[in-house]
Amino acid sequence: MTEPTQTSPIRDEDKLDTTTSPESAQVYDPDNQDSSQEQTSSLNRWDTPWFNWKLISGIAIVGMIVLIGIFGRFLWDTELVYVGKCPLNLPPVGFENSRGQTGTWAHPFGTENSGRDMLALTIIGAPNSLLVGFVAATIGIGIGILLGFISGFIGGLTDDLIRLLAGITITVPSLLVLIIIQSLVEQIGLFTMATLLAAFAWPGPTLVIRGQVMSMRESGYVQMARLSGASPLRIMFGEIMPNLLPFLAASFIGSVSGSILAAVGLETLGLGPQRVPTLGGTLYFALEAAALLRNMWWWLGIPIFILSLIFMGFLLINLGLDEIANPRLRKATE
Amino acid sequence: MTGKLDDRITFLGRRLGVFLLTVWTSATLIFIIPRLAPGDPIAAMIARMSQQSGYVENADKIIEGWRERFGLNDPPTIQYVRYLGNLFHFDLGYSMASFPATVSVMIGRALPWTVGLSLVSILATFLIGNFVGALLAWQKTPRWIKLCIPPTMIFTSIPGMLAAVALLYIFSFQLHRWLGLSAPLFPLRGAYGRGLEPGVSWSFILSVIHHGILPVTSIVLVRFGYWALGMRGMMITVEGEDYMHLARAKGLRPFYILYRYMIRNAILPQITGLALSLGTMVGGQVLVEIIFSYPGMGTLIYTAVRNQDFPVIQGATFIIIVGTATAVLLIDLLYPLIDPRISHQGN
Repeated sequence: MTEPTQTSPIRDEDKLDTTTSPESAQVYDPDNQDSSQEQTSSLNRWDTPWFNWKLISGIAIVGMIVLIGIFGRFLWDTELVYVGKCPLNLPPVGFENSRGQTGTWAHPFGTENSGRDMLALTIIGAPNSLLVGFVAATIGIGIGILLGFISGFIGGLTDDLIRLLAGITITVPSLLVLIIIQSLVEQIGLFTMATLLAAFAWPGPTLVIRGQVMSMRESGYVQMARLSGASPLRIMFGEIMPNLLPFLAASFIGSVSGSILAAVGLETLGLGPQRVPTLGGTLYFALEAAALLRNMWWWLGIPIFILSLIFMGFLLINLGLDEIANPRLRKATE
Repeated sequence: MTGKLDDRITFLGRRLGVFLLTVWTSATLIFIIPRLAPGDPIAAMIARMSQQSGYVENADKIIEGWRERFGLNDPPTIQYVRYLGNLFHFDLGYSMASFPATVSVMIGRALPWTVGLSLVSILATFLIGNFVGALLAWQKTPRWIKLCIPPTMIFTSIPGMLAAVALLYIFSFQLHRWLGLSAPLFPLRGAYGRGLEPGVSWSFILSVIHHGILPVTSIVLVRFGYWALGMRGMMITVEGEDYMHLARAKGLRPFYILYRYMIRNAILPQITGLALSLGTMVGGQVLVEIIFSYPGMGTLIYTAVRNQDFPVIQGATFIIIVGTATAVLLIDLLYPLIDPRISHQGN
């Protein structure tokens, strides 16, 4: 992080701060005392840093939603997700709606005002949100790795250009540009939306990776590899890349939840995919139909609950990864 | 000395250049994107008119008239130059949905609400988050506090909009029924009570505060954890410093040490973060505003999207981008004043 010519010193630092604390540079230092102590004490194989409850519970939450998406399709009739397949406005089991109807096991999560089953909506909608996030983040990280390595390795004018582009893209509030695009496009699919989101997911990873590549470029093992005649590609992907994995993982998880957030935002504005059931789209219909005024709390509550679970899961994964990459943080929490 | 001054001028020039590039890029994007989209905005407008009223007489003439009026018959380059010129003096055109109103006037009405809401919630989040973070790291904090706070931080990950819906449901729809009260504890929507004339009067100010509590709370609830986590990390770093041992050896009171030695030193990076989040002030919490029908930029854009009012969508987006870019520019320029260790020359 010692670059004299920052166009914007604060922004780059901020980007790095999300994944690294000031002391995290030491993680890669082989002579670091913290990590060597860690190694001597880790005789027990259960004592590995990967056995981190935050990471595990985060993965469990996200995994559960994926499993619901996969197996739910076989256990529940997903045809019920379409308009007019069920009675209208039924509450979940054990509750009563304002017309005095009680919930039935035929629709355990209740139904909404055009006859969609909330359980089927959850089974179909939740994995769709995850899918959009993963596709967008994968594209974003891919571009980030490419540009970050080019920028950090080649330097010079290329570096300046890439940094300028990343700086501009970060300043532009992505949600707003997406609102403009989506309000013009009549129909949009899940993958089109994911691609659009990816257009705003790359600058963060690019800057983080660039910073790391620049600091590693001059390190001993890279110079060693260069002396022994390794090609630049081999140095980039064989030598530097493995050391960046914790950063890439944290950055990837960050972009996944960021992209899901943007997708949900667009869907809640009614600008998401119309043909595919999504959680954000359900929120849009619920808000449109004044679900709160009609006391149909399940209509809003169930998508909000599932979305909150997704975001909490990713937060826990990210915190866990942070602690794994940063021994000091780990000690502080114990 | 002159070398230092030169460096500063170079830095200033480069930052200004990035600022202008950002504004120009976004202005160009906003110009190009609608023109790349299939269809003609005017024809689409006529189609909507005919949907509402069944039949539109002389649609061709209307289309031709509007095309002439908006200068859509000119070549794109001339349109582009005219567009940039208009932007330069904030002439953003007319709203399509509420026609005689200009976009600038509509934005002028919405902007103060957004800035006020964001400013209050950012500052409240900062204060609460850092205080909580300091308490979490402080050795003298009672154990029950350390046990109770971390679970609340799980909210950190949730979008503010979702928290807003949950709060709205509990505090404006349900709680008064459970408590047996006749009126909701907090208003459902808007920024001030109906029938009140905006102005400097106690009833108006109280009404604004009353309406602002839920939106601010929903933003604070989902954001304070970030500050708390950062602050806790910094406090742990400070804890190991030599001056802490000295302070304890001097027998200073623990609370005095917490305030004067620990927080004082740990807060600096947090202030940087505060400056950065002030940059998002204008963009604010678009979705939270929509949930509460708060009359700010978010609701303005939402209404415009629903009415397909492109001049308003584009104008509001442009203003938000300019606002964000300006804030980032100011922060970059003022940053060395906040943290003297960072100078414009870098390193």
